Amino acid sequence: MKQALFVGIAGALGAICRVGIGKLFVGSPDFPMATLTVNLLGTFILCLLSAGVIQRLTADRQLQTAITTGFLGSFTTFSTFSLETVTLLQDGQVMLAIVYIAVSIIGGFVIGLFGMKIGRKMVSA
Amino acid sequence: MTVAEAVVIGLGGFIGALLRFFISARMNKGEGIPVGTLAVNLTGSLLIGLLVGLDLPKLLTVFLVSGLMGALTTFSTLMKELIQLWKSGQIKEATLYSIWTFGFGALLAYVGFVIGQFC
Repeated sequence: MKQALFVGIAGALGAICRVGIGKLFVGSPDFPMATLTVNLLGTFILCLLSAGVIQRLTADRQLQTAITTGFLGSFTTFSTFSLETVTLLQDGQVMLAIVYIAVSIIGGFVIGLFGMKIGRKMVSA
Repeated sequence: MTVAEAVVIGLGGFIGALLRFFISARMNKGEGIPVGTLAVNLTGSLLIGLLVGLDLPKLLTVFLVSGLMGALTTFSTLMKELIQLWKSGQIKEATLYSIWTFGFGALLAYVGFVIGQFC
């Protein structure tokens, strides 16, 4: 029960931070930079933490799940990414849609691997 | 972001994260394709298309789209799971998981949008 409450509160904060960061990108309407930024940033932090760094931050397992599943899970989003891809395609921006998908997937993969590598170095240091 | 928007985004984020937590805990098996994450991401993609297609009042849209659907679905966990599948040599599972998520995600968002506009 306490675990669920932790995840919910962290999820609320993650969602507010996601929208807050999104407000910084109001000047770029053509390309979904806001979602791309939170998704890549969140992936980097989650992968870094999951390489053992989170256990160094706190021994409380419920707090660990609140940060990873709750905060970072809510901070990043997949539904908005899907919707934005469709919107780009409907606007005839096929190239931008392909770039958006490619940068999200390949970028997320590479930045996640990079995060895990840095995380392992931080733990072994 | 107005105070009212922050409140409804927080409320939506609370509910969305909780739903994702319970669904993932129940459905993710710990090996192979994490069907819990897949389920929330695909459901959220269908519903976000539907909600935007319905063209609801602004504050309700912010609550449901930015808050609830934003938090129900996740990109960071998806990527972490993909990398873990890849690193453990489950290349076939990683490829299938990518196709299911990214391919059907966009398709379902489109289907939802079309249905929403009809209603």
